[in-house]
Amino acid sequence: MFGLDNKDTRMLLVVAVLTLCAPFILNPFPTDSAMAQFNAGYPDLMQRFVIFGIFAIGFNILFGLTGYLSFGHAAFLGVGSYSAVWMFKLLSMNVIPAILLAVVISGLFALLIGFVSLRRSGIYFSILTLAFAQMSFNLAYSVLTPITNGETGLQLTLDDPRILGVSATADGSIPVTSLFGLEMRSTFEMVVGPWAFQFNAGYYLAAFILLAAFYLSIRIFRSPFGMMLRAVKSNQQRMNYTGLNTKPYTLAAFVISGMYAGLAGGLMASMDPLAGAERMQWTASGEVVLMTILGGAGTLIGPVLGAGFIKYFENIFSKINDNVLHGWFSFMPDGLENFVVFVIHPFIGKGWHLTLGILFMLVVVFLPGGLVEGGQRIAKWVKGRKNKDDATPATKTPAE
Amino acid sequence: MDAILLQILNGLDKGSAYALIALGLTLIFGTLGVVNFAHGALFMIGAFCAVTVQRLLSLSYEVVDESQKDFLGNPLKVKTPYVESWFGPEMGGAIIDWAVPIAILFAIPIMVCVGYVMERGLIKHFYKREHADQILVTFGLAIVLQEVIKYFYGANPIQTPSPEALSGVANVGALLGMDIVYPVWRIVYFFFSVVIIGAIFSFLQFTTFGMVVRAGMADRETVGLLGINIDRRFTIMFGIAAAVAGLAGVMYTPINSPNYHMGMDFLVLSFVVVVVGGMGSLPGAVLAGFLLGILESFASMNEIKSIIPGIDQIIIYVVAIIILLTRPRGLMGRKGVMEE
Amino acid sequence: MSKSAFSRRGVLKSGALAGTGLALPTIFTASSAAAFTNDPTGSSVTLGFNVPQTGPYADEGADELRAYQLAVEHLNGGGDGGMMNTFSSKELQGNGILGKKVEFVTGDTQTKSDAARASAKSMIEKDGAVMITGGSSSGVAIAVQGLCQEAGVIFMAGLTHSNDTTGKDKKANGFRHFFNGYMSGAALAPVLKNLYGTDRNAYHLTADYTWGWTQEESIAAATEALGWNTVNKVRTPLAATDFSSYIAPVLNSGADVLVLNHYGGNMVNSLTNAVQFGLREKVVNGKNFEIVVPLYSRLMAKGAGANVKGIHGSTNWHWSLQDEGSQAFVRSFGTKYGFPPSQAAHTVYCQTLLYADAVQRAGSFNPCAVVEALEDYEFDGLGNGKTLYRGEDHQCFKDVLVVRGKENPTSEFDLLEVVEVTPAAQVTYPADHPMFAGGALGSCNSGA
Repeated sequence: MFGLDNKDTRMLLVVAVLTLCAPFILNPFPTDSAMAQFNAGYPDLMQRFVIFGIFAIGFNILFGLTGYLSFGHAAFLGVGSYSAVWMFKLLSMNVIPAILLAVVISGLFALLIGFVSLRRSGIYFSILTLAFAQMSFNLAYSVLTPITNGETGLQLTLDDPRILGVSATADGSIPVTSLFGLEMRSTFEMVVGPWAFQFNAGYYLAAFILLAAFYLSIRIFRSPFGMMLRAVKSNQQRMNYTGLNTKPYTLAAFVISGMYAGLAGGLMASMDPLAGAERMQWTASGEVVLMTILGGAGTLIGPVLGAGFIKYFENIFSKINDNVLHGWFSFMPDGLENFVVFVIHPFIGKGWHLTLGILFMLVVVFLPGGLVEGGQRIAKWVKGRKNKDDATPATKTPAE
Repeated sequence: MDAILLQILNGLDKGSAYALIALGLTLIFGTLGVVNFAHGALFMIGAFCAVTVQRLLSLSYEVVDESQKDFLGNPLKVKTPYVESWFGPEMGGAIIDWAVPIAILFAIPIMVCVGYVMERGLIKHFYKREHADQILVTFGLAIVLQEVIKYFYGANPIQTPSPEALSGVANVGALLGMDIVYPVWRIVYFFFSVVIIGAIFSFLQFTTFGMVVRAGMADRETVGLLGINIDRRFTIMFGIAAAVAGLAGVMYTPINSPNYHMGMDFLVLSFVVVVVGGMGSLPGAVLAGFLLGILESFASMNEIKSIIPGIDQIIIYVVAIIILLTRPRGLMGRKGVMEE
Repeated sequence: MSKSAFSRRGVLKSGALAGTGLALPTIFTASSAAAFTNDPTGSSVTLGFNVPQTGPYADEGADELRAYQLAVEHLNGGGDGGMMNTFSSKELQGNGILGKKVEFVTGDTQTKSDAARASAKSMIEKDGAVMITGGSSSGVAIAVQGLCQEAGVIFMAGLTHSNDTTGKDKKANGFRHFFNGYMSGAALAPVLKNLYGTDRNAYHLTADYTWGWTQEESIAAATEALGWNTVNKVRTPLAATDFSSYIAPVLNSGADVLVLNHYGGNMVNSLTNAVQFGLREKVVNGKNFEIVVPLYSRLMAKGAGANVKGIHGSTNWHWSLQDEGSQAFVRSFGTKYGFPPSQAAHTVYCQTLLYADAVQRAGSFNPCAVVEALEDYEFDGLGNGKTLYRGEDHQCFKDVLVVRGKENPTSEFDLLEVVEVTPAAQVTYPADHPMFAGGALGSCNSGA
């Protein structure tokens, strides 16, 4: 299907089902149960999952295939967000032109940075990209404030010109982002017994774009171009000795991956029209590196898993506080309850960084291929058990 | 002229911190080939050794003073450090005053142990793994270390002053007939780092141990084939690198009050310094440290900022880009190290 | 299944449903009840406390959280009631807000606008928070204020000192209790005049981002009005940790006052560095060299230790104030936690009480009703004397404290002493003051 082999089609379908049913899957607990704290099925977080998924997929096209580790990829995300917000300010609140401009501008920016940075390889390349991104961040935070609005972040105001639209709505508010009139923030609510599932227009737009982006990345991975990039990873020198200039290929990969980042940035701005400079800081670039490695670099689905993993902890664990803990363990005797809360306390709320750091280490120590490897091991174990079941009777029956 | 000399001093002083951190980082890169994102955390732990020593020395007992009230209106509990009651207020006060230099004595064994445990317990298993995995595990470790410090010491900076005797200013321009005053402790920091750098270089250059390590850096396998237990020596080098970072941290505390994220603040910068210096080159790391320190100081001069606004924000990165584009392996990098 | 058109109502309904913990399990009641975002339909109401829990301001965030918990306890009738007893409005009964028990959710802003908005959104979308409050920097306050305006909930700002929060970025749904850069300048100027005279040369070091700029502008204007001369204004990068190369040029610049427009870690480092360079012992133009830190935070000042001694600045509130409200607050906070509250804690405690009281007076959680109740509302007994929430820009006008680093602190909390309480009238400015121009409040948004 779609020019993919069976295995890839299956994977694409699985991803499609997962993203489209995310409002159900991410809300497994009834809304008033104590476990509802772990529900992630609200629009903002679901949007973040898919948007950072797109970002990580794009990063993986560069890093997973060519082995070039860019440490400044967040710059493209930031540039994409700024372009999109400017489009909302100047042109219209429709997300299509904003996203298109975000992709184009970040592509051009990536072309520029990639052209310079790709003259070096290995860690020298990483530091060049880092330097460019940090420069962008520092300038956006200070000197470029007229364009970026600095620390506060670029926001919509009531006096934006907005050529194809209104500056302010009739009731004196700032208009909201929409896709031809379909507001990105509009949410459709479905209540089944104690469960409440939220279907958000913005999320579904982002989810469809994620599917398209994922499909494209499968095609790139399986194409001759993808083969060429893998060859660059395994031995660039040999490629050069055969008389082949690898630069256009790596540059193309860099630009594509920059455009993915810009797409993610544009989508972020479309869901929430604000662009802050810290989106370009090295920690943000580091985060996408961590997402990709954590999920499994070079695998198709890994980066998306890694993105989901990190964003989940950031948003869910940081919100658990002692009160919530006491709520969970209130069935215990007082002394024991306090003790349990005391033990868990350092790992939740303000300690979510600690939990994340420990998990990074555990994953990389025990699952060398990232989360994907974890999935594979489980699959193998399940299969192994099945095979064993099959195998036992087989030994009893003599071969024919 | 004065202003320029002053900025050179500033640059040397900033550069010594960069050079010390970069030196340790290069020892680990160069010897073990490990991308150590936890190196900034080692610097931070060193600084907190000083904080801890200061706290231990000022451990106090409380005496209720009925004549004064605390913020709730209860009688005030006046704290007196134990050392003051043991050695008398004068001597005790002096001991607390010298907490930072005293911390050096404690920091060396502690940092070597931390480095040793880190290498044997974690890093060892990652020599054969990809750089990506090394980044993930050391970054995770860095987060864990700084969160542990934050849990015990809080997020706000903690003041750890230098000894009274070393905290004033000195007129360093007196010899040249100029009036250039500079903080004494910063001068101490500079000379301290020069001594440490000199010690590391002589150790590698003039001892048999150093010779073996250098040989191992150049070709690990061959040295191993000669029947030398190179791994053990590399573990020791890791400990030494940790100690260098830690000492840089201890001595840095009076300059700026330490906080739990100071390691992360220096991390990116120290990587830039190491790479600009050239991978696997110790002299390169030191040179780049001082060079970037001085350039950064110059860029923050008003005269230069008025020509190029915001240059002090980006100077380090601009310099890094220019050097890496004109010299493919940084200032003094060796061929083939971390180029893939 | 409840089907709503793609409209704003959809958002609010979902929030209301998820938020009230499904006190009403049937879909039909829920979809018909909501008249504004997250209308609390159950027996409880949820407030969102969005504070920095990681990053450099984590300790301030932690102190804010303590104050919030205290405020919730008092609102629900627990504890000794704190400032509820001294507050001029007696509407609050200690039975929650409008009879609904107050519950809260917490989140981490990380002092980043993106993360802060994500956290606030999750409170609105998932937990059904009807009011968001907190924060420890102006960038975050402005970002979250904008979000609350869009979503139709009330935002009660925490620690934010930039003129822009109630200036060019003001929003109808947002309220600020904290003072601002202009007020710091207006409060400090007379004190500086008395101390250092009218013939001074000031050198500004300013954190290079919006907050720093507005403060620099305010202080420079206030001191120039005294007759001071501004020698130079130098911007320092936010990421700077070592300010030596910015301090060194001050030595020979001819300036005799250094103004540090820095906050948090920047302020601790720049002040430490300035003292290291011997600026305090310096004599220029026959006058003692002086350092001024316009915005003081006691929590942060601790990091600079003895370096703050004798250095003047302004602050929103200090625990040593002797008025009834402050004392009541310090007593209940100190009894519960064992140390005195910071100005951040005081601000957010007041904000929570003010919100609760406004709801009570309005008789509704509807943001527009709350806005109406808070606008031009005058109150007393919350520690800063008589205070006005001005309707034009939603800024509080109250006394501002000028403080000085204490020479002989008796405890680790006793770092600052109040030099002067500048009356509100002296720091009041017209709503159309040029430093606050350029924005529009807009109209209140209830999400309906």
